[in-house]
Amino acid sequence: MKLEDKKRVLREMVLHRRFEERCYQAYIERKIGGFLHLYPGQEACCNGVMEAARPGHDYVITGYRDHIHAIKCGSDPKAVMAELYGKETGCSKGRGGSMHIFDVAHRFMGGYALVGGPFPLAAGIAKGIQLKGGDEISICFLGDAANNQGVFHETLNMAALWKLPVLFVCENNQYGIGTSIDRSTAVLDQYKRVCGYGIESAQCDGQDIDVVYEHARTAVDYVRSGKGPYFLELMTYRYRGHSMSDSRGYRTREEEEAWKQRDPINILRDRLIAAGELSMDDFVAMEKETDAYIENEVIKFAEESPEPNVADLEKYVLA
Amino acid sequence: MAEMMYWEALQRAHDEEMARDPLVICMGEDIGVAGGTYKATKGLYEKYGPLRVMDTPISEGGYTGLGIGASFLGVRPIIEIMSVNFAWLAMDQMFNSAAKVRYMSGGQLTSPSVFRAAGGAAHQLGAQHSARMEKVFMGIAGLRVLTPSNPKQAYGMLKAAVRSDDPVFINEHELMYNMKGEVPDGEYFHPLEGSEVSRSGNDVTLLGYNISVHWCLKAAEILEKQYGISAEVIDLYSLAPLDRAGIRKSVCKTHRAVVAEEDEAPVGVGSEVIAIINEECFFDLDAAPVRVHSALVPQPYNHTLEKAAIPDHEDVVAAVLKMFGK
Repeated sequence: MKLEDKKRVLREMVLHRRFEERCYQAYIERKIGGFLHLYPGQEACCNGVMEAARPGHDYVITGYRDHIHAIKCGSDPKAVMAELYGKETGCSKGRGGSMHIFDVAHRFMGGYALVGGPFPLAAGIAKGIQLKGGDEISICFLGDAANNQGVFHETLNMAALWKLPVLFVCENNQYGIGTSIDRSTAVLDQYKRVCGYGIESAQCDGQDIDVVYEHARTAVDYVRSGKGPYFLELMTYRYRGHSMSDSRGYRTREEEEAWKQRDPINILRDRLIAAGELSMDDFVAMEKETDAYIENEVIKFAEESPEPNVADLEKYVLA
Repeated sequence: MAEMMYWEALQRAHDEEMARDPLVICMGEDIGVAGGTYKATKGLYEKYGPLRVMDTPISEGGYTGLGIGASFLGVRPIIEIMSVNFAWLAMDQMFNSAAKVRYMSGGQLTSPSVFRAAGGAAHQLGAQHSARMEKVFMGIAGLRVLTPSNPKQAYGMLKAAVRSDDPVFINEHELMYNMKGEVPDGEYFHPLEGSEVSRSGNDVTLLGYNISVHWCLKAAEILEKQYGISAEVIDLYSLAPLDRAGIRKSVCKTHRAVVAEEDEAPVGVGSEVIAIINEECFFDLDAAPVRVHSALVPQPYNHTLEKAAIPDHEDVVAAVLKMFGK
């Protein structure tokens, strides 16, 4: 990654972190309802992959931990926050909520809340690309636990059989809701599970964005060149619980602390500081500016936006 | 008007739509090289090739989801489920992805996908190959449900479904693929909503769909000839949405209603239609509406038991006679 890009991405990652932390606060204040799944800890995954891909051009689909993937594709944070507030100005017009962020104009094809559900959809998007003859690829971000669904295997088989341009990114955060991977999954290395389908795969550190980026470049180039699907496993960790109702009783505080020592934002920040490209003051200022932007623009927009009209309840059911 | 079989009508609709639009594709088990279990895709593989006529692995959830994903990019997939029984495995994708995506994306994404399935009970296929599942599909917001009762409908509904921007589930019937009927020579698009008066009458309304329309027509003939009862037959070809106005118009005229379905009774087409009758024309009724339906059993293999489980035109006649105190 170029130096200029790294500085830009650091700023983006700070936004992604602070945006999610602000969501947490808004949830406590009951401004956001439903289920809320937050991304802190995993920022290098989405950012590293999408820096190697073409946001807004390549198609992206994911599960319910979806706010940041949408923003990375080009969604306006204001529209994402307004969606969480259930407002008419939300990117899904308040009909979707946290788990169903959509921004088709930026080719973010949505967050879906059935674990594993996006696998075949991603392959189908790749089929659509294949039929239409574009140079886009389909990128599917899901967690490790999704790989225990039947459609994971059905999709891998079809994607390999038909050489579909789809990149499966497995953000392995070690937990499926509150069950650790070693208690749910016979083979811990997820990238090994796709070998039986003849699919190229790799595993790498998901906390260091330079590592993610290098591996993602290989993966993206492979898929874009028409060789078929690729599976990239990123080893990562979510700091918060699965969703807001989760007090994390299934893991130790020591384990959480150990992962926070490898925080993706700090890793990138410290690298830039060591290279003399950034000072700690610059970083603190970046955080402050980000917080001000979130408060003065993002939250303000969500707060002041109108509710959907009840008369429009049945709008969007059928075309 | 040419006479053709139900499967030929479906094949013609596939062929015409695929010839017109390169983004119309079809997919399913054995639909390509093998030509389709019921021949609805016969000859298409040779004509359009493997990229557009996709023989899928036996992975109903997977390939249905794949078709839906392609539809997000404007592809119009005709997804065949060889037997509707296998649709249980695909319902997560049909319901959670195709039917809901338009709503939960605030109208940004839509899934113009078509799902065709061979439904109904055939002969001695046993419990896991004889399910009637219309009732499962008709209660899902965002999904259209069609049940063609003749070749003309089979042709016109598939063509209209392909052009529709909504996901459409078409429930065909295993025993009807060789049924003959007239199909217009020129292009014909059947309405996606509404109902048809298949036979006019004044004394009682018989409501059916798909195969049960034929029981109703046969029953109406017997009722008229042998008992002097004039029955009107309504073909509820669209189960979602149901045609409230059409149901009201006929039942308010005849003041009596019998709903015939091959499915089991609980939470079914009959329950729903009778609820509509109660809401729309309760004070016009001369008798309580009744249902003719299957026994609530996993479909038995034994021929005699199977026959006892599934209703036919004689059950419709009996229900009407009982209603008239005869």
